[in-house]
Amino acid sequence: MSDASNQSDANAVTLTRKDFTSDQEVRWCPGCGDYSVLTAVQLLMPELNIKPENQVFVSGIGCASRFPYYMNTYGIHSIHGRAPAVATGVAVARPDLDVWVITGDGDALSIGGNHFIHALRRNVNMTILLFNNQIYGLTKGQYSPTSEVGKVTKSSPFGSLDYPFNPCSLAIGSEATFVARTHDMDRKHMQEVFRRAHEHRGAAFVEIYQNCNVFNDGAFDGVTAKDKRAEMLIELRHGEPIRFGAENEFGVRLNQFGEAEIVSVAEVGEAALLVHDEHRYDPSTAFALSRLAEQPVSPTPMGVLRAIDRPTYESQVQDQLTAAQERRGPGHLRELIESGAVWDVV
Amino acid sequence: MTEISETNGSPKSLDRVVIRFAGDSGDGMQLVGDRFTDVSAAFGNDLATLPNYPAEIRAPAGTIAGVSSFQVHIADYDIVTPGDIPNLLVAMNPAALKANIADLAPGSAIIANIDAFEPRNLDKAGYEANPLEDGSLDAFRVYPVPMTSLTLEAAKDTGAKPRDAQRSKNFFALGLISWMYTRPVEPVYKWIAERFGKSQIVHDANLCAFKAGYHFGETAELFEHAYEVQPAKLPPGRYRNITGNAATAYGLIAAGQQAKLPLLYASYPITPASDILHELSKHKNFGIRTVQAEDEISAIGIAIGGAFAGHLGVTATSGPGVDLKAEALGLAVSMELPLILIDVQRGGPSTGLPTKTEQADLMLAMYGRHGEAPLPIVSARTPSECFDATFEGARIAIKYRTPVIVLTDGYLANGSEPWLFPDVDALEDISIPFTTEPNHLNPDGSVEFWPYVRDEVTLARPWAIPGTPGLMHRIGGIEKEDGTGNVNYEPANHELMTRLRAEKIARIAADIAPVEVDDPDGNARLLVVGWGSTHGAIQAGARRVRARGHEVATAQLMHVNPFPLNLGEILSRYDRVLVPELNLGQLSRLLRAEYLVDAKSINKVQGLPFLSAEIEAKMMEMLDV
Repeated sequence: MSDASNQSDANAVTLTRKDFTSDQEVRWCPGCGDYSVLTAVQLLMPELNIKPENQVFVSGIGCASRFPYYMNTYGIHSIHGRAPAVATGVAVARPDLDVWVITGDGDALSIGGNHFIHALRRNVNMTILLFNNQIYGLTKGQYSPTSEVGKVTKSSPFGSLDYPFNPCSLAIGSEATFVARTHDMDRKHMQEVFRRAHEHRGAAFVEIYQNCNVFNDGAFDGVTAKDKRAEMLIELRHGEPIRFGAENEFGVRLNQFGEAEIVSVAEVGEAALLVHDEHRYDPSTAFALSRLAEQPVSPTPMGVLRAIDRPTYESQVQDQLTAAQERRGPGHLRELIESGAVWDVV
Repeated sequence: MTEISETNGSPKSLDRVVIRFAGDSGDGMQLVGDRFTDVSAAFGNDLATLPNYPAEIRAPAGTIAGVSSFQVHIADYDIVTPGDIPNLLVAMNPAALKANIADLAPGSAIIANIDAFEPRNLDKAGYEANPLEDGSLDAFRVYPVPMTSLTLEAAKDTGAKPRDAQRSKNFFALGLISWMYTRPVEPVYKWIAERFGKSQIVHDANLCAFKAGYHFGETAELFEHAYEVQPAKLPPGRYRNITGNAATAYGLIAAGQQAKLPLLYASYPITPASDILHELSKHKNFGIRTVQAEDEISAIGIAIGGAFAGHLGVTATSGPGVDLKAEALGLAVSMELPLILIDVQRGGPSTGLPTKTEQADLMLAMYGRHGEAPLPIVSARTPSECFDATFEGARIAIKYRTPVIVLTDGYLANGSEPWLFPDVDALEDISIPFTTEPNHLNPDGSVEFWPYVRDEVTLARPWAIPGTPGLMHRIGGIEKEDGTGNVNYEPANHELMTRLRAEKIARIAADIAPVEVDDPDGNARLLVVGWGSTHGAIQAGARRVRARGHEVATAQLMHVNPFPLNLGEILSRYDRVLVPELNLGQLSRLLRAEYLVDAKSINKVQGLPFLSAEIEAKMMEMLDV
């Protein structure tokens, strides 16, 4: 999500993290993964050469949704699940702005599931950062739509029964044009993925594995802990065969059913590996890749799963307005009112 | 229907007539009603209409449930309702007759499509014997006309297959009624050419059917003579016929123009509000952005986002949609942004009566949100006044930075009347400047922007939109500190903010038109207070009571919250107060609570407007005569 008009003048004063930091005290629990996401975004902003007044952060309800208060930009802390709808209003009204949606697994995928999928399929120009901690934090620890089956929480003392969503699979199934995953333990990776998401024209979806150290501590340790990353994180690089492992000894290939599977490179040979292509218009392969992130712990793709070009919703809205004005001239209220059968009484 | 004059051979003059077209939902009765209405409007009659159709697009053919009707009242003087009793019923089948016969008075005329009165249809309608033959209609003047077969005969050279050709029988009916009431035919020819120009066969079939109906009236010796209703002596000016929903759409366009704001309209399809979306979607050359949202909540969310970004954010819906939008309305109350929500009321609760009218959302509009969340409510009293009510709603929303609910209803939305054009050049400028400069001076001499610093008179907060350097701010639904707008949970601050929000709405009372009382001689002891679409029936009821030599005063509210400042004083002037409503007593409860007045109710919840006779009878009862 970007717009050329938001780039600062070449001779403008260079901005710093401070210019994007509000005067409000950050109130997340000590040790929360949200801090590192906030830092990543605040550090990235000056690098993007954009103006704070042209940024609008829209959030719903949940711990992560306090995020806009900490950004020195325009912001709306809206209501539970509705951020993509409110952000759509901002984006359709003002294509000149950069619109960011901050949401969580409960906010985006449970109460706000409908707005989430429709913002993606419409391709509204916005960057959606989904803080996935697989738990309800603000309401103190109930299972979420991404929690693993059998999770024991206050609301599921005998284990949760609900089968979880895979957020990236859901996004791809919702016709998203940009889908990526990152995690809160790697600030550089986050910044790079956020930068790509911001550059994308259209709805850009980023799932962030985010640790809730109070209610779901270590949920992603199995894949994001430093000593696990080599064998558990599958770094996606466009145009390259998908490989991972301490010695790059593993890879991903598509089997006869079109499913992505983990293979030993020594056994199948490098030529058999899937070469990652972010720009494949058909979503099937990206979907297959997204399925690799099986719960509770399996090798998990990180980075950009899908990035394709499709006209943004608001640009098409604008095109229709322009075309109508060219065809019929600007609207004239009196002519409109007097259209159709009229008569005069004298 | 007063018969004024009669000359041999020439049409008989009437001062008014009420015609009801009734048939199967697939028979095209709404279309025929619309055509007759437009022709009569252009001819210069005053008129009012009442479309009445089932929620099902195609209910089982031939059944009572599938009957669709369109009533139109035309007159040579100013009228205020679609009429209580049809003078003429056009019944395209037995079910249409059965569903409508109870509304006729002895002496009313019935034109029945005798071709449709065959055993299967009679059975479906629940008739054991053919009512056209068993004498059960002796109180009426019945004209059996073989419309289907005459239509087929007329269309036989057009190339239309019989199955298709018989569908033109509604135009036969229109032709016949056009002859009966001496309507000009050219506008119908023109309309048929425009509408069906692309298909020669359909065009020809409809045209032939129309002409056949017209000629049938002229030549068949069934009817004694035709009638005429002269143009009405309405105030001078240029007119068109308009429905409430079209007037609402135009009101929004006018508001955007006079507010110098782009219009962002988001809604989810719902009966009977969808036509507003349809109308606005046509006028993109006005720069109107329309979004068909994924649901009702999204629609208001999009409007709120647009408002934050500096557009005139609007959403429209009906009752079920208002339920769903409640939480977001509260957000708009808390964010103090301009927003317009139009509620085209229909029968409830739940899905209720989707295509029928009701006024039962007043309490929902007043109180249908958690917490103390007051907002202004404006209602429209006639179809054309939907233009003014919407414009007024926008004026208040923008000036006071508040969501406003505009209440119309199914009767206004689909009903139509002649509309004397407003002087668009004289429309009020309702624009306000966006805030572009910091508004708070710190002790150290620095300046900053506080989003909740208020205007001393209106208590409105500044509207600073994204893209404005130096005024970045974050707001939402959490309670905000007075002034800074920062998140704040202090007890005293919450009470202060709650009272400020309430006071802001209360102050609007001083900025709206006072209630006008219609009390011709000033001696009435009974005041009838209504709101919204009951206006016509109350006026007509009062005319009847006055014609009988009694005095009654009426007042019809446009602003329902806050009430106009003079309302209390007006109520206190009268011994008795009657409140007619299409609900079980919602305005009456508000009046009783606000003014301690012993307001009596007359209520109706049948999905239909009041008859003027019903209002008249209650007035007479209250007058003890």
